[in-house]
Amino acid sequence: MIESPFGSVIVRRTASLLVSLVQLFALYVLFFGQYGPGGGFVAGVMIAASLVFGLLVFGENSATAQRATRLLAGDGVGLLLFVAVGGLCLIGGGEFLNYSQAPIPGLDSAARRYLGILLTQVGVALDVAVAAVSIVYSLSRSVAAGKTDA
Amino acid sequence: MTYSFELPLLALLILTAAGAIIVKELISAVLILGAYSFFLALVWAWLGAADVAFVEAVVGAGLATVFFLLTLSQTSPEDTRIRRPPPPLIAVIALPLLGLLLLYAANDLPAFGDPTSPASVHVSPHYIENSLADTRTPNVVTSVLMDYRVLDTLIETVVVFTSGIACWLLLRRDPE
Repeated sequence: MIESPFGSVIVRRTASLLVSLVQLFALYVLFFGQYGPGGGFVAGVMIAASLVFGLLVFGENSATAQRATRLLAGDGVGLLLFVAVGGLCLIGGGEFLNYSQAPIPGLDSAARRYLGILLTQVGVALDVAVAAVSIVYSLSRSVAAGKTDA
Repeated sequence: MTYSFELPLLALLILTAAGAIIVKELISAVLILGAYSFFLALVWAWLGAADVAFVEAVVGAGLATVFFLLTLSQTSPEDTRIRRPPPPLIAVIALPLLGLLLLYAANDLPAFGDPTSPASVHVSPHYIENSLADTRTPNVVTSVLMDYRVLDTLIETVVVFTSGIACWLLLRRDPE
């Protein structure tokens, strides 16, 4: 289903604008999640949604689809970043994921917590984005395989 | 308190929920379910839960619809029509009674936004008062999710990771 690009000019033109806009908004939601609504989970899902939107409209050989495929190589990196921040706090002498003990010189406790929240949010966003894209890929690839069987 | 916005929204919610159940074509049901998620996101936004509204709009109306449609595209066309036998008599009698019981129980819930409800007097005041000083994070939802309750979030992230891996292992078949 995905390998044939969608025909209409209106849809393709709208999508080419919307994909990058949604990605920009996802980055805003990610890095402003500490001041406004949003955060890692929503940002990851929005990045995945923009990539899947481009994948559905432009087909599997487009640049968006290749970006999505490259994103799949980062499976587990987000979770690793999350756990690494927790391990850093262990090295600094605190409990697991107690950001105020992270061994970063020149910052007070609140700033360390701020940085810890930001880093773990990036980790969550990466993890969620990769998971959503990989689910879409596993569904669509089995569609392609089913077609060659029939 | 005026109901000029709530009542049409509630009517639309019930209408789309019933439509998704009643309609015969599965694809129509999936699209109506997407509309239902969008109205639900409006309800969350109206109640002030902007974070939840975000997730509902993106996941419920966006990604879940795509998942459903991709799954449906694997089935043959005659599978996507639903034949519904009439419901059994016990369900017709018992389910309205259960609904009445739930409505009766809902009378005991604390009022919306009640500052003396158990959920608002336990640990929430501590989070709300100390979030800015502790973490420099004005959005208390983020500081609770990512700092005070971060172990829960870590396990949730593990669950999301596992689900992605599991779908990949179970569903993916290489073209060759």
